Amino acid sequence: MIDPAYKKKMVVVEGSYAVAHSAKICRPNVISAYPITPQTHIVEDLSQFMADGEIPNCEYINVESEFSAISALIGASAVGARTYSATTSQGLLLMHEALFNTSGMRLPIIMTVANRAVGAPINIWNDHQDAIAQRDTGWLQLYVEDVQEAADTLPQIYKIAEDNEIMLPGMVCMDGFILSHVYEPVVLLEQELTDAFLPAFQPENILDPLDPKTFGAFAAPDTYEEFRYLQEQAMQKALPKIEAVAKEFEEVFGRFHGGLIDGYMLDDAEIIVMSMGSILGTVKDVVDEYRARGEKIGVLKVRSFRPFPKEQVKEAIKNAHAVVVLDKNISIGTNEGALFTETKSCLYNSNVRVPVTGYTVGHGGRDIRAESIAKVIEETKKVAKSGIAVESRFLDLKEELL
Amino acid sequence: MSKTAPKTYISSGHSGCAGCCDAFAAKFTLMGSGPDTIIVNPTGCLEVMSTPFPNSSWQVPWIHSLFENAGAVASGVEAALKALGKKNNTKVIAIGGDGSTMDIGIGALSGAFERGHDFTYVCMDNEAYMNTGIQRSSGTPYDASTTTSPAGKVSFGNPRPKKDMPAIMAAHGSPYVATTSIGFPRDMMRKVKKATEIVGPTYIHAHAPCTTGWGFDTSKTLEIAKLAVETCLWPMYEMENGEITQVRKVKDPRPVEEYLKTQKRFKHLFTMEGGDEEIKKIQAAADWNIKHFGLQ
Repeated sequence: MIDPAYKKKMVVVEGSYAVAHSAKICRPNVISAYPITPQTHIVEDLSQFMADGEIPNCEYINVESEFSAISALIGASAVGARTYSATTSQGLLLMHEALFNTSGMRLPIIMTVANRAVGAPINIWNDHQDAIAQRDTGWLQLYVEDVQEAADTLPQIYKIAEDNEIMLPGMVCMDGFILSHVYEPVVLLEQELTDAFLPAFQPENILDPLDPKTFGAFAAPDTYEEFRYLQEQAMQKALPKIEAVAKEFEEVFGRFHGGLIDGYMLDDAEIIVMSMGSILGTVKDVVDEYRARGEKIGVLKVRSFRPFPKEQVKEAIKNAHAVVVLDKNISIGTNEGALFTETKSCLYNSNVRVPVTGYTVGHGGRDIRAESIAKVIEETKKVAKSGIAVESRFLDLKEELL
Repeated sequence: MSKTAPKTYISSGHSGCAGCCDAFAAKFTLMGSGPDTIIVNPTGCLEVMSTPFPNSSWQVPWIHSLFENAGAVASGVEAALKALGKKNNTKVIAIGGDGSTMDIGIGALSGAFERGHDFTYVCMDNEAYMNTGIQRSSGTPYDASTTTSPAGKVSFGNPRPKKDMPAIMAAHGSPYVATTSIGFPRDMMRKVKKATEIVGPTYIHAHAPCTTGWGFDTSKTLEIAKLAVETCLWPMYEMENGEITQVRKVKDPRPVEEYLKTQKRFKHLFTMEGGDEEIKKIQAAADWNIKHFGLQ
């Protein structure tokens, strides 16, 4: 039951609008973006805000490619600007080289990724292959479940990324179309509350003629390794920071979407379904039906994929009889999705002995139906009873097309 | 440099070759622009030799990101200065080689010029990928032998003339495009200064002979740069809003052989059968420059 006073604050807007509005409220100084479906509505809304003079002290650069979108922000961030972009799919892949560059230079650039499949075959619908392919680039990656979380996570990730102890770039990953184009009731971020929550960006090092510094120097084998080590250290520092910032956000705004992870019906769960993104809504609906029948099924939402919350995941699943991971991506050649691989990996050298199986699902935007989730849960119950028969597989494969 | 020469803001002690053209180009650029400058430097010899962490030769703020994105990085630097109310008189200069400018970075550079950012791009054109070992670029001149366009039994070297990069930049509507040469430091400093004082995207294309890549003695860098101008293979001119407004005259142009014979990259033209005919073609290109730019 939603508090009537809170309900009054809610408006029905498109997911992209909520995100663009949130980006605006975070007071960016430089926005740089290139249009690509399904990210377009975000940048169109931001362009309109600019045209209406609604984003003070901000320059919007209409670049000629995603590669230049991220590159322009590298220059801008180094000058001390708070920066924002949004992209997806092929655009994110085109940025790949510069993503490493951004994190290596410790520039806290923030992007919304409206997750979409990658070609070939060309496909504009949602899966997570685009962002998962960037998992090693040194960016924070937070995956959101609904429109409100997509909007609310922006000020959170700015606060995490811009922390002087962290200084890492970050992407908020929201499912393309499913969240970017859906109209949902949300509370749009309030400027005053956001200003109180998110301090101004004040980096220690900037490009300033009065205090000249060198950015992006060349590092030989005698110094290179320490740069990577320090990035990893920063990621580890981000782990508690993500939790703390989510709680601070809750104190200020009254909403909590999880920190590193979030649980649903988890405490006594014998079977746990793990996943990331909007699919969790469907999973929760299915779990509600199981719970109504008295079956102990729970849901583990992984919100932070980078840094990967090994300890929290272990703790959350340690008492389960079986865990099943749904991945909207695949590492071709392993027949596994990334979340599945990470989950298994963090259990190996631990005393948590829970059978874990995986499904790669929803490739190229294929609908994931409640019946399919129920089928997955039924299979996982068998795993709990008699062990793993198939470790990882595709869901809803159309055998007749093969 | 004389005692009255402007101060420069790149320190010696970098690891550039003796007689390095990039070191000259960077030095003259900063002598023209002064200390209130932010440098964007794409990947290349200059970046590698001047910033071996934790050392840096740069006495101005400097950023290197990638090979092909200097135009975009400079766009972001300029936009951020504006947004933060810090632009004032600060000059944003991107300085890159022919490969990062004319080949891999031309997309980002074109975008930056089309959008009209207030910055200056300086191309140090040493006519091949020197940092990676003298491979051909679109700046490599006709018949130059490089490691990927070597002269051989059936080849005189690079089969194509240089890309006319200044014309491309002028076609973007740039208010100021100029060619210069490190063989003429005062010309280069004057043009850089002028370019940085003009509002909008301005472009300086500096011819920069590379001792290692072209094959000449390390003491001859500036001499050979001058010879390129004196043989009319490198015309020096200024374009304002697309029109040529100033040309450096060459009273008595010297034959191109005088330039070609100083460099190993053209050596085959003097030993191979048919080399004479090739040299005639190169002379014809110089003659075309004389006529087209009114060099005499």
